[in-house]
Amino acid sequence: MKWTRRDMIKGLAGLPIVGGIWWAGASKGLMTNKERSEILEQLNIKPSLSSALPSIGGKPIRVGIVGFGIRGEQLCKSLGFATKEWLQNMEKAVEKNPKHTALKDFQAQDKLNINLVAVCDAFDVRAENVIASFSTKENTVKRYKTHQEMIRSGNVDAIIIATPDHWHAPMAIDALENGVHVYVEKPMTHTIEETYRLREAAEKSSALLMVGHQHRQTLSFKTAQDIVKKGTLGHVSMIQTNTNRNDDNGAWNYSIHEEANEQTIDWDLFLGSAPKVPFNKNHFFRWRKWWAYGSGLSGDLLTHDYDRLNCVMNMGIPDSITASGGIYTHIDGRNVPDVLQVNMEFPNFSTGSSQEKGKEKGMTFIYSATLGNGFSRPTLLMGHDATMELGNKLTIWPDSRSTKYETMLKSNKMRPSNPIFQYDPGANIPDAISSATSQYFADKGLMWTYINGSRVDSTFLHLREWLSGIKNGGELSCGIKEGFEEAISAHMTGLSYKLGRRIDWDSSNQVIKPIEGINFDEVLLSNA
Amino acid sequence: MAKTKKMWGLKDSVALMRIFIGWHFLYEGIIKLYNPDWTSFGYLASAQGPLKSVFTALTSEGVVGWVDGLNMAALIVVGLTLTLGIFEKLGAIVGIGLLALYYLAHPPFPWLMQVNVEGSYWFINKNLIELVACIIIYQLPTGNYFGLRRVFNKNKEEIKIENL
Repeated sequence: MKWTRRDMIKGLAGLPIVGGIWWAGASKGLMTNKERSEILEQLNIKPSLSSALPSIGGKPIRVGIVGFGIRGEQLCKSLGFATKEWLQNMEKAVEKNPKHTALKDFQAQDKLNINLVAVCDAFDVRAENVIASFSTKENTVKRYKTHQEMIRSGNVDAIIIATPDHWHAPMAIDALENGVHVYVEKPMTHTIEETYRLREAAEKSSALLMVGHQHRQTLSFKTAQDIVKKGTLGHVSMIQTNTNRNDDNGAWNYSIHEEANEQTIDWDLFLGSAPKVPFNKNHFFRWRKWWAYGSGLSGDLLTHDYDRLNCVMNMGIPDSITASGGIYTHIDGRNVPDVLQVNMEFPNFSTGSSQEKGKEKGMTFIYSATLGNGFSRPTLLMGHDATMELGNKLTIWPDSRSTKYETMLKSNKMRPSNPIFQYDPGANIPDAISSATSQYFADKGLMWTYINGSRVDSTFLHLREWLSGIKNGGELSCGIKEGFEEAISAHMTGLSYKLGRRIDWDSSNQVIKPIEGINFDEVLLSNA
Repeated sequence: MAKTKKMWGLKDSVALMRIFIGWHFLYEGIIKLYNPDWTSFGYLASAQGPLKSVFTALTSEGVVGWVDGLNMAALIVVGLTLTLGIFEKLGAIVGIGLLALYYLAHPPFPWLMQVNVEGSYWFINKNLIELVACIIIYQLPTGNYFGLRRVFNKNKEEIKIENL
């Protein structure tokens, strides 16, 4: 064996290279892990898991659906009842695009122990659709002309109210007074007066009231609560949240059914307490555009964002609200604004402080909405120590002038441009094709949440919580307290927009501070 | 007149290329080895092109863990063989296989949306070029000239000589 020096160099030169690469790769990996665990240790955020609910046993709960429009159909689907038409459409959609998961998600959903036994809708086509789609050999869905008849029939244990806003409270109050459980869509009420009456009815009744803010089931929001509670963000002085839509559907110009006419629609039933006007299909199908039946951006979309934040922060009703806006993008006869800016003041609210005592207190909640632009502006919680983007995903960036993270920022272990925490329970799930409006809701965490890596409809979880509460008792995550706060905040916003002035809340007396010569409910309902 | 010995020949260039490619593979493998959170899930789930369904199938629960492990091991095998210059033909073939999969998972075809890629490409991308380079390494093994193989072969040559 004659090994020259040349042989040794040429033969073994690879070894130190391998050693070097190994060392570089390993140390980088270990460094990153160490830095990350150091940050995570300091933040101490524990992504919370959904609480397990007791099963809904015994005899099936008999449920009636009041209002089978767009939302009513969605709610029934979440209950496990999809119309034949929808199932056919989804099958076609899957044929066209195998990635379309709506049908698969629906089929994978747990079955709830309920019978859908009753329907009430002013439009014959919709009511008949429910009967034809959901009736089985054992159970025929029965149609009732009015909610009173349904509630008093003795055939329903619980009702779901998915009607125009002006019907929410009258139906909910009537049901609660008759011991029938209620799931009511948002906004909970249409006027201030009925908000108090509904609260009284709910408090007196043995039946349960759930307000349909399904995002309270979103897993990321539960984690966000933990983040805020632990003071990760420091003192949050501003929240900014937005609505951006730029399509007909998003601007409430829903399609008008071809079979809609005075024979198929019970117009007087639809109007109820609303001003008597001649039959108008536009009003019937696009009621969200008029104060008489809906509440526009303040009741329809602000409530989502307000309750999302109230769920995370528990800040309650603001001390005052100013709002402004106008009808700028859809001048089509509507009288609710399509552009709206709202400032809610919480001068005494604090999420805790990392600075000297007494320096920080108070928060402004800004809601900004347009129906003429679809650029997705994130929801931001802005604290002295960090900023959090809130949605189905959570992202936290440290603030460059943070007191809490000063040392870590100085030693470059944290950088203001790099998130220090990201929570994305759906990261492992390729997304399906979603429409513009559904993507809008999904991004806000209003459509679905993720449990153990699979996507779950949050409305299903919300309904299940309500049904479980009916059978087993237990706290509801969006009961009368939350509904009351949501409704009052929405009504104060509507008033401020319409009156062009600041509306104040008297928290000790639990009333909106009166303004001389002005009847608030008249203002809210007026079409001016 | 005796030919002057070339200072830098084809063999040197190929050996250098071999080491660089080995280096690249090895580092990619090691980085994944030391990052417990690494997974190929996102890369596979967002796959495009004719084999999309195959790659998507690999993301299913129970499978993706194996895919991650195999990928990491294969990267390190290619990295070690090419950097050290031993069993480099095997390394080159495994490398070709890996690169072909990477290329097919996100092929730079103009009619496909490019996700999870850096740079701008039209049919040819860096994966494909590196794949061709691995073919050259397969055809022109240089471990005997510059690599661990030289050390082992030296032994064999010595034995052969002794036997003669």
